[in-house]
Amino acid sequence: MSDTHAGEVLTTQDGKPLKVALAKALRREKLRALALIAPLLIFVLLTFVAPIVDMLFRSVENGIVEETLPKTVVALQEWDPTSGTVPDEAVFVALYDDMAVAVEEKTHTRLGSRLNYEASGISSLFRKTGRGIKRMDEAGPFKEQFIDLDKDWGTVETWQVLKRFSPRYTPGYFLNAFDAQQTANGIELKPEDERIYMYLFGRTLFLSVAITVSCLLLGYPIAYLLSALPLRSSNLLMILVLLPFWTSLLVRTSAWKVLLQQQGVINDFLVWTGIISDAGRLVMINNQTGTIIAMTHILLPFMILPLYSVMKTISPSYVRAAKSLGANDWTAFWRVYFPQTIPGIGAGAVLVFILSIGYYITPELVGGTSGIFISNRIAYHISSSLNWGLGAALGTLLLVAVLVLFVVYDKIVGIDNVKLG
Amino acid sequence: MKLKTVILAGTALAFAGSTAMAKDMTIVSWGGAYQASQKAAYADPYVAENPDINVIWDESSNEAVAKLRAMNEAGNITWDLVDVVASDAIRLCDEGLALEIDPDTDLADAPDGTKASEDFGDLLVSECFIPQIVYSTTFGYRSDVAEWNGKEPDDICDVFDLETFPGKRSLEKRPINNMEWALLCDGVPKEEVYNVLETEEGQDRAFKKLDSIKDNVVWWSAGAETPQLLADKEVVIGSTYNGRLFSLIEEQDQPVKMLWDAQVFDLDGWIIPAGLPEDRLAMVKDFVKYATDTQRLADQAKYISYGPARKSSAPLVGKHADLGIEMAPHMPTDPNNAKNTFLYNYEWWADYRDDIDAKFQAWLAQ
Amino acid sequence: MSALPPYASPLQITWYYMFRVICGLIFFFLIFPILVILPLSFNAENFFTFTKEMLALDPAGYSFKHYQDFFTNPDWQQALTNSVLIAPVATILATGFGTLAAIGLSQSHVPYKSAIMAVLISPMIVPLIISAAGMYFFYSRIGLQGTYWGVVLAHAALGTPFVIITVTATLVGFDRSLVRASASLGANPVTTFFKVQMPLIIPGVVSGALFAFITSFDEVVVVLFLGSAGQKTLPWQMFTGLREQISPTILAVASLMVAISICLLTVLELLRRRSERLRGLSPG
Repeated sequence: MSDTHAGEVLTTQDGKPLKVALAKALRREKLRALALIAPLLIFVLLTFVAPIVDMLFRSVENGIVEETLPKTVVALQEWDPTSGTVPDEAVFVALYDDMAVAVEEKTHTRLGSRLNYEASGISSLFRKTGRGIKRMDEAGPFKEQFIDLDKDWGTVETWQVLKRFSPRYTPGYFLNAFDAQQTANGIELKPEDERIYMYLFGRTLFLSVAITVSCLLLGYPIAYLLSALPLRSSNLLMILVLLPFWTSLLVRTSAWKVLLQQQGVINDFLVWTGIISDAGRLVMINNQTGTIIAMTHILLPFMILPLYSVMKTISPSYVRAAKSLGANDWTAFWRVYFPQTIPGIGAGAVLVFILSIGYYITPELVGGTSGIFISNRIAYHISSSLNWGLGAALGTLLLVAVLVLFVVYDKIVGIDNVKLG
Repeated sequence: MKLKTVILAGTALAFAGSTAMAKDMTIVSWGGAYQASQKAAYADPYVAENPDINVIWDESSNEAVAKLRAMNEAGNITWDLVDVVASDAIRLCDEGLALEIDPDTDLADAPDGTKASEDFGDLLVSECFIPQIVYSTTFGYRSDVAEWNGKEPDDICDVFDLETFPGKRSLEKRPINNMEWALLCDGVPKEEVYNVLETEEGQDRAFKKLDSIKDNVVWWSAGAETPQLLADKEVVIGSTYNGRLFSLIEEQDQPVKMLWDAQVFDLDGWIIPAGLPEDRLAMVKDFVKYATDTQRLADQAKYISYGPARKSSAPLVGKHADLGIEMAPHMPTDPNNAKNTFLYNYEWWADYRDDIDAKFQAWLAQ
Repeated sequence: MSALPPYASPLQITWYYMFRVICGLIFFFLIFPILVILPLSFNAENFFTFTKEMLALDPAGYSFKHYQDFFTNPDWQQALTNSVLIAPVATILATGFGTLAAIGLSQSHVPYKSAIMAVLISPMIVPLIISAAGMYFFYSRIGLQGTYWGVVLAHAALGTPFVIITVTATLVGFDRSLVRASASLGANPVTTFFKVQMPLIIPGVVSGALFAFITSFDEVVVVLFLGSAGQKTLPWQMFTGLREQISPTILAVASLMVAISICLLTVLELLRRRSERLRGLSPG
């Protein structure tokens, strides 16, 4: 911080160069700001960011094979999986040693369930082997004994799976999430009747677009009306938008369940008025229609509020000027007013889209089988199938999609400008 | 300060009513009528004899496997005894999350001295599993459907017969049972079902059969849905657990009848989580020994129509506690109901569940 | 949409009224589902639809029995207690940390401001199912899964972005010279904070706290994964109720929750007006 222009240096009262003093003050201010932010930053990093990072880690972690069968993994390094023959006795000796320890610690069946996600049948192979290992002749040879115990030990496929999933980290879960799998011939798509995740991602995107579009169609007129009315009446009508916004998600979902089901309010009303017959009641729930209707209702305020805040800033004089220059109502709207609302449309649409692709509760309750999202499948893998690695991989893909959209949102609106209510 | 007050108030509220001296025992079950029957038949009489035990019920059996795995990772097991279906017990045992038991020392003998291992017989499907009841997944149908012209379904394949029995069906949103039924109705002999299902062609065959009714199916994921759907006339035939249908028919008096043909037997019972400290383990083992003896298992049938898992309990099954009707004819194991039954293959499903489930979900989504 | 000019053409008049009808229908779509559950919650029958007696306004068609069930059923009462124990503590944590951070962020020189902001806002953007999955995995590792504090910490994290946003918004119009004036008059930073800054940002803090509260009070996905039966909250109980044994008690609970929302909304609206008046942004 030395200054070469001697004699020109401005100093503070106590004789320090002003530049130094200012820099110091600035540093102090920065530190104070950081000190205020630090508690929350640490809190969010620990309670929120760390779990997400942990999830990313789980989507590739695969230490279980090496931990359960350490000697076998080493012995298998020599074996060429494309050779078409089962490994030789040395590998089976290692397998016997590993299995003896694993059975003692009861970890062999756990490995069996892990590998069963990759190839059906391994679960019972390990369970059966665990039961039979005590009866084996310790003197060997082991190869015949293992194959006698379960013929699957004599198939190349079993060993290929074991070798493929030996490393500590595996792309297997991500491949699965892309409906692909690793085979002896490299990476291949799964058979058509097993592809589901790309289809579900596609459907999630499709439904989210449908929801975003219907939110826009319904939200635009409302936002326009609110921005054009005098403040007193628009404040009053705003309550009609804010009340659903503040009402519990589950309350609104239950309301839609009550309204849409076949013996529900809407069908009853339609039957009563004679529009449909009692036998022809409409199916509006447990399918995509149900998901779209309920989620449009739930996310509509998130479209209206950003649109409204943009529309409020548009001066009516532009439209008046256009009209006085001879434009008709439609031209004045489409050529003059509408372009000015595009930032609001962008903000609202991205927000609604981000919120909707991650939805879980509403599709779960009103989506049936055709109206569910990828989130529902993630939840299934976490709590039912226990394939946590695949759940984490699917979650990571969804997270990436959301973060990309978040960056887009940041470019359009700026995260500092998010407003609520 | 404020925070402290809130927490104190909270703790006070949460523990109000429980005596400070009592030993807590957390039992996890399914909630609803089933849990109530366990409370009445096992827990209440046990607590009457052991007043220092305080039973806390937790209705988490549905997600027990996932939660036990999470607890195990954390090294903090908060559950003492967990009620699960047999397939979950096998999985928990595989994962090392459930304790292996020795039936002859851990469970009570039958009154005539028969060892527990013999009394439970082949229902002991896993080293960790302590069977309680035999239940079945079967169909109920509405008996007032005008379009059926007075006919009533009496064969499992009537579920697939949309011409004679038009209307919506409800089936469980998973492949288990549905695949078997589909193959049975596609002409596969009972003993061949799993061999056929193991092949690609067999799976395609099952899906093809299910395709024939797919547009008329409402898929359920919770056992209470089918009774609700039947009561609301949203479906005319639906599969669910036989006890749910019993309460719909006998307790709620709905015009619904049972279709017992090709009912699939399944088991429900206890597992003890692995890794409990000594004192809690001793407490739980004492309770389990008491709660699975011959009389207690027979008592449970007073409250719910599930068959006791011990052979020696069957003759002791009496009347329903409130309705006063004989329970034996409502048991899935009753000879009249069990003319044609199907025993579901646990080991097979443990191997093929993930694979077939992925195909099933892909099929559903199409 | 000011009043129609006297020279409007018939087409314009038609459009003017049609537009209002369309808007009316959309408002109806927004509000009807919420209103419809109120009368249904007084249904004397266990149905989810209007009975003949109800439509005839026959008093026999109405009853308080679902409310009675809510207030006497131990499951619902336990759920209510849990919600009341979790939400306020999560709110206090979120509001405390969030307010400090918002003040820090509003300083003129904050290094890596946008990166920090992105991290702090992320709990609001990341889909709940992913937060829930990540927290479930991570909290299992560290022993917080299935505990009261696990749920509270998770809910606090989810609530903080709202506090940051609302408090930052009130600080945007904040005149920094007030702080300098206070300091030059001899007040230390702490006094300045409580006497000058605090009264001005308090509406933002309170509305942020309300958002944090409702986030926790309505939250179901995270608690579903993180909680055990001991943390079963009202939304969780409603979720199981909707998925399994559908009982009209849910409608009674829903109606009560709508009442709570109305109260919160009223408080928030009053605060907004007060804040605008104080900061001279609106004519009052």
